[in-house]
This record gives sequence, C-alpha cells and structure tokens, in this order.
Amino acid sequence: MTYRVGQPVRIADRPHQGHHRTPGYLKGKTGTVERVYASFANPETRAYGATGLPEQRLYLVGFAQRDVWPDYRGNPVDRIYADVFEHWLEEER
Amino acid sequence: MSEQDHDHPHAEITNGDEPPAARRARTLEELLVAKHVVRREDVRRMIDWLVSRSPADGARLVARAWTDPEFKQRLLADARAAALELGLDPGPSPVVVAVENTRGVHHMVVCTLCSCYPRALLGPPPDWYKSLAYRSRAVSDPRGVLAEFGVELDDDVELRVLDSTADMRYLVIPRRPAGTEQMDEAELAALVTRDSMIGVAHPAAPARDGGGPTTPATPGPRSDRVR
Repeated sequence: MTYRVGQPVRIADRPHQGHHRTPGYLKGKTGTVERVYASFANPETRAYGATGLPEQRLYLVGFAQRDVWPDYRGNPVDRIYADVFEHWLEEER
Repeated sequence: MSEQDHDHPHAEITNGDEPPAARRARTLEELLVAKHVVRREDVRRMIDWLVSRSPADGARLVARAWTDPEFKQRLLADARAAALELGLDPGPSPVVVAVENTRGVHHMVVCTLCSCYPRALLGPPPDWYKSLAYRSRAVSDPRGVLAEFGVELDDDVELRVLDSTADMRYLVIPRRPAGTEQMDEAELAALVTRDSMIGVAHPAAPARDGGGPTTPATPGPRSDRVR
C-alpha cells in the first residue's frame, strides 16, 4: 500500500540479517509520514550484487523525540526524522 | 622488493601505521580491481571529483536563497534543479533536499548508519561527522551536541534532527545573520560555513568594520582537527 502525508505509521520491529537502512533505534516506534519521496532500488538486495528491483517507495517519517527516547532531555516538541522504505512501514491504527 | 635486493638483514618493512579501516578499504579496492568490478582509473576519477567539491558551492546556494525569496522556494522544492540553475554540479545521485532554519525551527543532519552527506554540494564530510560519538549522540542528545559546538537554542525552538538513512541528502539553509542587510551575495556566501549547512553552527557573524567575516567565537569539537 502507499502511505500518505500525515498518516501515522509504525516502523516494523523485525530483525534483519544483512545490510538494511532501517536504524534499530526506530524499530517498533510510531511516527508520522512527513513526505512521500520517489522509489529507489532496494539496498537490501542491491548490496549483494542484485539489481535491487523492484524499487521501493521511500518516505520521510517524523517522530517525537520523547517517543523515541523515553528520557529525552530536550524540548518536548523536538522531533527526529529518518528516511524509511515502504516495506518497513506498518499501518498504525 | 625481496630481501635479496640489498645486503643487510632486517625485519619485514610493514605499513604499521595504516589504520585498520584504511587497510580494509585498500584490500577491497585491490580485490575489486583484480575481479574487474571496478577499474583503478574509475576509483581515482571518483576520488578526484569528491575532493574537488567544497562547501563554497553550498554557500552559494544559501546566499542566493537569502537574497532571492523565489529562488529559496525553488531550492526547497528541488535542490538539484536549483543547483543546476547556479551552474553547480549536484552530482548524478543521490537526491539533495534543502531544509530551512527559521526563528522557531532548527535543523541538524546526521547519518547514524554510515556517513551519508551532501558531498556534491559540501565536499567530503568532516571527520567528526563520521565518528560514532556524533552519529549516536546527534540523535539521542542533539541539544547536548549543539551546546558542545557552541550553539544554544532558545527553549521555544523546535529542534529537528534529520537522520539520512537512505537515498536523500539533507542541506540546511541556516538563518541569515542580523546586520547583513547591506551585504551582497558574494559577501553573504563568505559567512556560510560548512558546519552551518550541517546545522551544528550558526553562520559567521559579519565583521563590524565591514571587512571579512569574523571567526566564530566557539570552535568545534577537538575531533574536527585535520588528521
């Protein structure tokens, strides 16, 4: 499925053997789609000599820092953003 | 060269001061060349291109954005097209995205997974940008990191950390310093430092006598030294 700007999403909390671009500190965290980018070759297969096809849609996902780091010391409105491929996103109900 | 080439015995000469990562990179390059995956001249040409880039290119974009609001909108919408407009080389990929610092919002950029950086517009990243310390603390304690760079944000400023985890590269448009209303684009560009486009510093303050920019009062972390 394609996600839309403003939609809450959860980063899949699954282990992955080998190269991938989903940072561990965001796995299982819930954020919001901020931007919908283009589709790009999948680094998880491209890293091992394959084509990376089919391309995967990339999203800019924003999180409240306090949702990511429970003891976050900065301003409560501070946010953190990361680029996450669609197959790592889950619908947040 | 073998031991028989000269007439005195000694221990094997090794490149003992080669860091492990450099040795790994050199070994990988030799293997890739031997297996015809890359050619030596391609590697050299890519390195030449990378080190030919400099923060002066990014600074031109920022200075134009400060003086031309319509250009700033084009830069925010499509940084690649905006770079081409100024005759800059944005490189073949990845995609550069510009974000704007304002009175209420401050951006800073990190790559927690490696060292992703808008190299086409800023040149090679500083050593500290690639350090584990910056990469881990920039996401978990960004205000602490900023304080070490000499940047204290007001309490009501929203800090946005951008972790460039995939195909996008982020370039920060810092806030235009006060007292620069009379400066032209080239003078403004001279104020735009590399670190201000990563979001860990403010641009240099204009000199009071109208001369060149002043050195920022607080230097960066010690790890910023050239090795």
